[in-house]
Amino acid sequence: MSNSKKELAVAALRDGTVIDHIPSDALFKCVKILGLTNMEHQLTIGNNLASERLGLGTKGIIKVADVFFPEAMLNRIALVAPTAVVNIIRDYEVAEKRPVALPATIRGIVKCDNAKCITNNEPMATRFDAVEDKPGHIRCYYCGHVVANQHATLI
Amino acid sequence: MNTNSLVSIADLGKEQILRLLESARFFEEHPNHKVLDGKVVATLFFEPSTRTRLSFETAVNRLGGRVIGFSDASTTSSSKGETLKDTIKMVSNYVDLIIMRHYLEGAARYATEVTDTPVVNAGDGANQHPSQTMLDLYSILKTQGTLENLTITLVGDLKYGRTVHSLLMAMKYFKPRFRFVACDELRMPREYVEFCREQGIPFEEHTELTRKVIDSSDIIYMTRVQRERFADLDEYERVKDFYTLRDSMLDTSKPNLRILHPLPRVNEIDQDVDDNPKAYYFDQARNGLFAREAIICHALGIDVEQLKKETLKEA
Repeated sequence: MSNSKKELAVAALRDGTVIDHIPSDALFKCVKILGLTNMEHQLTIGNNLASERLGLGTKGIIKVADVFFPEAMLNRIALVAPTAVVNIIRDYEVAEKRPVALPATIRGIVKCDNAKCITNNEPMATRFDAVEDKPGHIRCYYCGHVVANQHATLI
Repeated sequence: MNTNSLVSIADLGKEQILRLLESARFFEEHPNHKVLDGKVVATLFFEPSTRTRLSFETAVNRLGGRVIGFSDASTTSSSKGETLKDTIKMVSNYVDLIIMRHYLEGAARYATEVTDTPVVNAGDGANQHPSQTMLDLYSILKTQGTLENLTITLVGDLKYGRTVHSLLMAMKYFKPRFRFVACDELRMPREYVEFCREQGIPFEEHTELTRKVIDSSDIIYMTRVQRERFADLDEYERVKDFYTLRDSMLDTSKPNLRILHPLPRVNEIDQDVDDNPKAYYFDQARNGLFAREAIICHALGIDVEQLKKETLKEA
């Protein structure tokens, strides 16, 4: 593949946010978590792209023009895409580059799989906390149900 | 949220547990104290539980408070579709303390978020039942004189039995040794086995309640093996009697051994054990009253230490 074609796949942004190194199978979950389906800004989503990173297989990428998400919101995608890297673009330059980090508490985006959990029976927001002694798992704050991050059901 | 609420035994540290047990001991010696004079306590039982409700209501009465509430949610507006939030907010207007049991897991935790009135969890589905754990701890302390360095054998339904899970977690402060006796279907869940490993708590897993296990135990905590837990009823028929304790099995047990059971019992403890002085389950249920008096005072911020001093002075 020539260089020019590679660049075409990730066309340059003037200002906005690029989220790179998303595992392919998590791409659409990230789209959901960030609420991009109703986004009116210019949006480019690529998936199953060749990844140079070891062990990732193929990757997905999300580019949103003229939008700078709050950091806490971007960090939520660490639930399904812990390898993702955020690039903040200003005037065609990468102004900021950082990995995503899962917050200790996640509110509202994960559904508890326990049918008898209060959160599935009351009009209320869910809350999960990272399990300290079990990395990669989150625990329902209300009923205590534990789930592996990648198996979490999104609302 | 009110910080004196008690939702899970994990909310309490070692010092708080010991203080509550001290309070329970005081209330056993002096059960009647009018410290709740003028206070109203709600017992909201969205799921029926006669023993727990009567024990809590007796505790309130012995402390001189008054009780309102319900013992069956079908007679309340929650049967008309009222949310738990609305019920709790409404009741909070009337009372100083809410004691609640609910069939949904996490209900009590959620209740603490929608009201500033303290909430005591009297059981939320298969999740938490901290007053049961407190009375279990009090029973162990009373019969053994200490909570430290005991060999505790948990028998029966270790998979779904929330009382054994909470007891196991609360005992982490006291250097216990555990034996888990259950059939494969009802084994101690992996997360609790891992918990023991992480905490450095020694444990053994057994599938039979052998004499060797019995004879080395300080406490045997029996639980009910419920038919409805089995997908295969033949399997239930096969294993149910494995876990029946009989008087003859206690012949060579340690003199300090005591048999506990959260009750109701069906056939996992033979009637012939009842007259053995090592049978403690009925006294255990009685201890629930004192543990709950202590919990109620804790939730209402009543200083039992002060109460003790005043009582001693009067005497």
